[in-house]
Amino acid sequence: MIRLEHVSKVYKTSTRPALDDVSVEMEKGEFVFLIGPSGSGKSTFLRLLLREEVPTRGRVYVSNFDVAKMSRRRVPRLRQSIGCVFQDFRLLPTKTVAENVAFALEVIGKPRNTIVKVVPEVLQLVGLDGKEDRFPTELSGGEQQRVAIARAFVNRPLVLIADEPTGNLDPDTSQDIMLLLERINRTGTTVIMATHDHGIVDSMRRRVVELSFGKVVRDDARGVYGVGR
Amino acid sequence: MRTSFVFSEVVTGLRRNVTMTIAMILTTAISLALLGGGLLVVRMVDKMQANYAGKLEVSVLLTNDVSANDKDCTQQPCAGLRSALEQTSGVETVVFQNRDEGFERFKRIFEAQPELLKLARPEAIPATFRVKLEDPDRTDVIKQAFEGKPGVKGVDDQSKFLERFFEGLNGLRDVVLILALIQAFAALLLISNTIQVSAFTRRVEVGIMRLVGATRWYTQLPFLIEAVVAGIIGAVCAVGLLVLGKAFFIDRITRNLTESGIIPPVGYLDILIVSPWLFLTAIVIAATTGYVTLRLYVRL
Ligand SMILES: Nc1ncnc2c1ncn2[C@@H]1O[C@H](COP(=O)(O)OP(=O)(O)OP(=O)(O)O)[C@@H](O)[C@H]1O
Ligand SMILES: [Mg+2]
Repeated sequence: MIRLEHVSKVYKTSTRPALDDVSVEMEKGEFVFLIGPSGSGKSTFLRLLLREEVPTRGRVYVSNFDVAKMSRRRVPRLRQSIGCVFQDFRLLPTKTVAENVAFALEVIGKPRNTIVKVVPEVLQLVGLDGKEDRFPTELSGGEQQRVAIARAFVNRPLVLIADEPTGNLDPDTSQDIMLLLERINRTGTTVIMATHDHGIVDSMRRRVVELSFGKVVRDDARGVYGVGR
Repeated sequence: MRTSFVFSEVVTGLRRNVTMTIAMILTTAISLALLGGGLLVVRMVDKMQANYAGKLEVSVLLTNDVSANDKDCTQQPCAGLRSALEQTSGVETVVFQNRDEGFERFKRIFEAQPELLKLARPEAIPATFRVKLEDPDRTDVIKQAFEGKPGVKGVDDQSKFLERFFEGLNGLRDVVLILALIQAFAALLLISNTIQVSAFTRRVEVGIMRLVGATRWYTQLPFLIEAVVAGIIGAVCAVGLLVLGKAFFIDRITRNLTESGIIPPVGYLDILIVSPWLFLTAIVIAATTGYVTLRLYVRL
């Protein structure tokens, strides 16, 4: 499903590699936590999957895309099969909840009748039915993140990438978001989540890949955040 | 391609920076109106050249003495000059026009200017041979052969006068086109700038579009269409300016010349024929400027 082979990434403006000879494989339907201290390369890892960055060395495969080598022209296809959620939600303030979700389908050319059908479905899935006409400013942080998840999931991606999705939320709300991500994972979607949140990682008991200075230093099938440290 | 989506993006885009949009449209309009003016001059010159082609004559003006005394060109030196002209190679026809006929013709041409007619006397009009040549450019032959001969007052070459007139018009055309070019450059910079501002104000939106896998077309088309729509509105304004210019300006200052048939009038039909070029220019310039701007200055 997702495979990195000896991937290194050195940003032009820095001397230390952000990722250093990383090789990992993730199966379809897995739920993977990506942990590590700040600056260890988690976001870089995720950006390589999206082809927001290209690796300096090594190869990246997502589904049947050879991500590092593919032509720019095919990048939209790759991104259409990956959903993304971020710490800062990234909603459009001028659009309502339903419009924000529909936007993701409109801009990839989905027909109107598909959009009016699937948007209410996904809003129900994330528990936002009844709030479709609100604007992002009229929602709590947790609700805004649900909109973002709905937008990421509405096109039924193969992979959902979440970069610290609970970073701005209180523990209870974070817990709700994790339940939602779990539910999405149960539909067969691979979920990769970068996080600093000990509690969440410890309570979920899922695969944990730990990065440190750009290297994979731990890969536990049912891990916790910080064993023996 | 969801047209309704692209359309609503364009409308919000143009409304978002109204002042820039207006500046862009006005500059484009003035530039295109100047271009249109230049094209109208070109059309006028073409029409005049077509009008005069084949009609151009060399006039051999006769002296006062001949004009006054030899009404039918039966005496010397008039009769001799006529046969000499007819025998010159390259001459198609020779028509003699005596003083009275010349005066009639003068009155017809200038009937719109009674003030001028009041001042004119038949005595000022010489009898004339109107010589038509097979090749209208070979007027020098006549001039060299007949200028200074007894009975000849002078050789008047219409083509030389017209040439000077066309030179004037072509100069006018060049000035107008250079102004159009300068203005077009300003329009180009404004279009480029507007797109950059527009792309900056929409960077969050475009970021999301890219992230969810929108193609380049989808992210860039709204900007391009924005520029092209502004260009088209500019072209509409330019045509409007030309129509107003014709009705209130050109018609007034050229009325005398057009009524006497010296120059052809600028018609609404001429503007109609010129305007597709203005639209085409507007679209091509807006689209290429937009495209290049997006490629070079805006990383979408
Ligand atoms: N665009 C960039 N240009 C240059 N250096 C970068 C860039 N992005 C990240 N880096 C560097 O790469 C390293 C890894 O950054 P990355 O964002 O992947 O870390 P992270 O694990 O996501 O950190 P955090 O937990 O704080 O989000 C850091 O040293 C960072 O300074
Ligand atoms: Mg990060």
